[in-house]
Amino acid sequence: MDWIQQIVNGISLGSIYALIALGYTMVYGIIKLINFAHGDVFMVGAFVGFYAIESWKLSFIPALLVAMGISAVLGVVIERVAYKRLRNATRIAALITAIGVSLFIEYGTIYIRGAQPEAFPSVLPDQIFKVFGASISSQSIFILLISIILMLILQFIVHRTKIGKAMRAVSYDAEAARLMGINVDRTISATFAIGSALAGAAGVAFGVYYTKIEPLMGVIPGLKAFVAAVLGGIGIIPGAMIGGLVLGIVETMVSAFGYSPWRDAAAFVILILILIFRPSGILGKNTREKV
Amino acid sequence: MKKIIGSKVSYLLVSLTLFVGLLAGCGGSGNSDGGASNQPGGSGGSGGGESIKIGANLELSGAVASYGQSIAEGIDLAVEEINKGGGIDGKKLEIIKVDNKSDAAEATNAAIKLTSQDKVSAIIGAATSGDTVAQVQVVTDNHTVLLTPSGTSPIVTVGQDGKVNDYVFRTCFIDPFQGNVAANFAAKELKVTKAAIFADSASDYAKGLAVSFKDTFTKAGGSIVSEEAYVAKDTDFRATLTRIKAANPEFIFIPGYYEEVGLIIKQARELGITVPFMGGDGWDSPKLVELAGAAALNNTYITNHYSSEDPDKTIQTFVTAFKGKYNGKSPDAFNALGYDSVYLLADGIKRAGSADGAKIKDALAQTKDLALVSGKITIDQQHNPAKTATVLEYKDGKQVFKTKVNP
Amino acid sequence: MKKIMGFSIFVLLSAVSYGIVQSLISAGMLNQFYSNTLIFIAINVILAASLHLVIGITGQFSIGHAGFLAVGAYISAIFTMKLHLPFVPALAAGGIVAALAGLLVGIPSLRLKGDYLAIATLGFAEIIRVVFLNIDYVGGAAGMQVSHFTSWSYAFVSLFVTLLVIMNFTNSTHGRACIAIRENEIAADAMGINTTYYKVVAFAIGSFFAGIAGGLYAHNFYIIQPSNFGFLKSFDILIFVVLGGLGSLSGAVFAAILMTIVSTFLQGYPETRMIIYSVVLVIVMLYRPQGLMGTKEITAYLGKWTGAKGEDAYGK
Repeated sequence: MDWIQQIVNGISLGSIYALIALGYTMVYGIIKLINFAHGDVFMVGAFVGFYAIESWKLSFIPALLVAMGISAVLGVVIERVAYKRLRNATRIAALITAIGVSLFIEYGTIYIRGAQPEAFPSVLPDQIFKVFGASISSQSIFILLISIILMLILQFIVHRTKIGKAMRAVSYDAEAARLMGINVDRTISATFAIGSALAGAAGVAFGVYYTKIEPLMGVIPGLKAFVAAVLGGIGIIPGAMIGGLVLGIVETMVSAFGYSPWRDAAAFVILILILIFRPSGILGKNTREKV
Repeated sequence: MKKIIGSKVSYLLVSLTLFVGLLAGCGGSGNSDGGASNQPGGSGGSGGGESIKIGANLELSGAVASYGQSIAEGIDLAVEEINKGGGIDGKKLEIIKVDNKSDAAEATNAAIKLTSQDKVSAIIGAATSGDTVAQVQVVTDNHTVLLTPSGTSPIVTVGQDGKVNDYVFRTCFIDPFQGNVAANFAAKELKVTKAAIFADSASDYAKGLAVSFKDTFTKAGGSIVSEEAYVAKDTDFRATLTRIKAANPEFIFIPGYYEEVGLIIKQARELGITVPFMGGDGWDSPKLVELAGAAALNNTYITNHYSSEDPDKTIQTFVTAFKGKYNGKSPDAFNALGYDSVYLLADGIKRAGSADGAKIKDALAQTKDLALVSGKITIDQQHNPAKTATVLEYKDGKQVFKTKVNP
Repeated sequence: MKKIMGFSIFVLLSAVSYGIVQSLISAGMLNQFYSNTLIFIAINVILAASLHLVIGITGQFSIGHAGFLAVGAYISAIFTMKLHLPFVPALAAGGIVAALAGLLVGIPSLRLKGDYLAIATLGFAEIIRVVFLNIDYVGGAAGMQVSHFTSWSYAFVSLFVTLLVIMNFTNSTHGRACIAIRENEIAADAMGINTTYYKVVAFAIGSFFAGIAGGLYAHNFYIIQPSNFGFLKSFDILIFVVLGGLGSLSGAVFAAILMTIVSTFLQGYPETRMIIYSVVLVIVMLYRPQGLMGTKEITAYLGKWTGAKGEDAYGK
């Protein structure tokens, strides 16, 4: 009985990670940048959602859309201002810039509104279903659904639309894509917009499910989501989903055995084991480095 | 060739100038801050100056920025009030705030800066015990009083060798006291025998409370059926709560801070855990009610310094003034402790009749029955305030007075 | 010949700067704030130099350096506080155990490349932190109180040894092998360089000095807590190395000095501190992505003792 409950707990936690990891994986797939600011876009999304509901009195769906929209704009701005110039610089310089942007968003938010947490209003009905003795809240089902739907939409965009085709081309070979007449800058911006909108959606979902939002809330989930993305095979959209769920379930199981203070370590142990034995992640294909 | 060397040399010169400029900027600011007190033979020290300098070494950024910022709000309010009332013996208080990034090394640095550059008479801070302990040696060497608003660990005021740190004081309870109060309350008032503990393992505060709760509770005849831990900043506690539920406790003690506790209570109630919860002053914040929801908070208890519902005049004046200054925001425990720290210190400085560290320290050690927001404070031998603990119960999101426990 | 001259200049400069600072301290002209800032700078420079060896010279993207700092800090603190041994052997023990930890981490993870290596090292650093968090012997979350032993002399001697060893290593056969790995691992492998061996050696040496820095750190700040060694600390060290210029030791040293001063200076502006810090970081990276010094050493500007260096942009 407990085990069913624990698996339910793990899936709920994992779907949050998956939602953030989707955006991570997209951005990484196209410009090979560990976008540390992604977790902070997630935070901004949560706050926009919060203010949209609390101050502008929007209902849930409009608030979600507003949060996704503003996050998308923020993502594009970050890309244009901070990352675009560095597209031809070393990867590590871009990484440091990403850390800088991340700190800037975090402390900018603290400067504007202080560091105290905020309680997300409960806008969705919170019913508890009893299934085989396990309590499942309607919100956790909702979060799982949201992440699956967004993943499917994303899969559709990437594999069935023109812009998706451009994204795949750019991620494969940006130079060749340019020669083929693809507007690389616009494609990268579109990727950032979509990835950041997903982060914004994840922020709102997080707020609804966990209630507490604060300016530094993006740091740990951002890191975990990156782990999830690597776990599933970075750059692969279903991989992010699987990685997120695996990570959530593993963490929950560690806590379920009574080792919750070791939970973060366990996540990284799994990551390292996967990296060593399957360096390209669960769904990744092993590519040999060519000379 | 020469040209190339020339350009290289000029580049080097430019970077060097930049570097030296920054150095000078750094030194300059130090001097301009310290200048006033350096020249007139330490006016910040023994009197004659216009103002009394007090350092605030707080966690204004980093992991526990929200605690540090809350304390800073309390400090600002108190200083404003004191200065409006003419200061201490005509001297205004001047607060020099320094950020320690929630990092012990930075806290040491900041304390050194405050004592040797700014020459403050006393330092208020830090919010956590660790960042406070990091400053103990510095303030002792520099004969400056250190008053922590919320560093609850016993090792803050008493060193590892068992000797009291002369210059270190605190405004809050120490860990063991609250744990005892909670255990006695659970065993005697709630009459439970099987308790679970769910503590923040990343906080010495929570760990300290958990240890003393366990001791007292088992001595009172109860048993601890489950001992679990979480890590601050976690957001998902369902896994561990499911585990605790399986152990069937009649009561759950959750020492920790409101940010996590709010979520724990909400998630516990969702999982169908209906037993009473209890915690310490770290719970006290209006945010707790928002996070957990008023319904989930029913049947929970906290030990606290005071109740914001208490009709006591000191408390109500504070609550009103605080709401006035911060757009109607209700104060939390950190706000109150920051506020009280300034008044405790001001009282000491006044009785010392001087801004000299050694004299303030002696005066503070003799503090007796000083009425503050967080209770009537008497500083004991170990430099801890002996004050009454209040047990409060949450009913529909309101704190309701339950009982008072004397130390 | 040039090398010997450069070397003697380095020794001379070091001796002079040590002498000046030490006499200022003994004469009481430098107050505690300045002497402490100098010690903190020395610690940060050791950290920067040790990570420079891993990232700048060998080209291995490690972003978990704070883990080894933590190992050094805790081990040396255990030696002095629990086993009551003198400070110098404690420092050495901290360094050695950190080097062992470096081997332990390096052997499995250095098979990985690029971002995968980065995230694995970050993971190891977090694991190390969580381990200390859960060991009650070292105080768990509350941390461990440590006596103050670090003085300017200890800090300086450690710094001097670190720089000396790293400079000599860089200019040795081993160092050149490491640079070859940085420039092109496959080519280096094809040339008969045992890439795994050199990567692990560089990693272990880097960890050793990070451990030494940890010992100095622990005994300078009175208390060590696992929270001091989170991934943000790793990023701080990484920033020194990248900001200074990857592959440039003097750049790393310079950036460590600069950023420590900037950070200390900003302490007095709590509201905007981190904002200014992050803006500085982003602007420097945008306008000088190769870092302040590029891959050049300061000696390149002086025309003396040019160390081994790769002029090519790194790691594209």
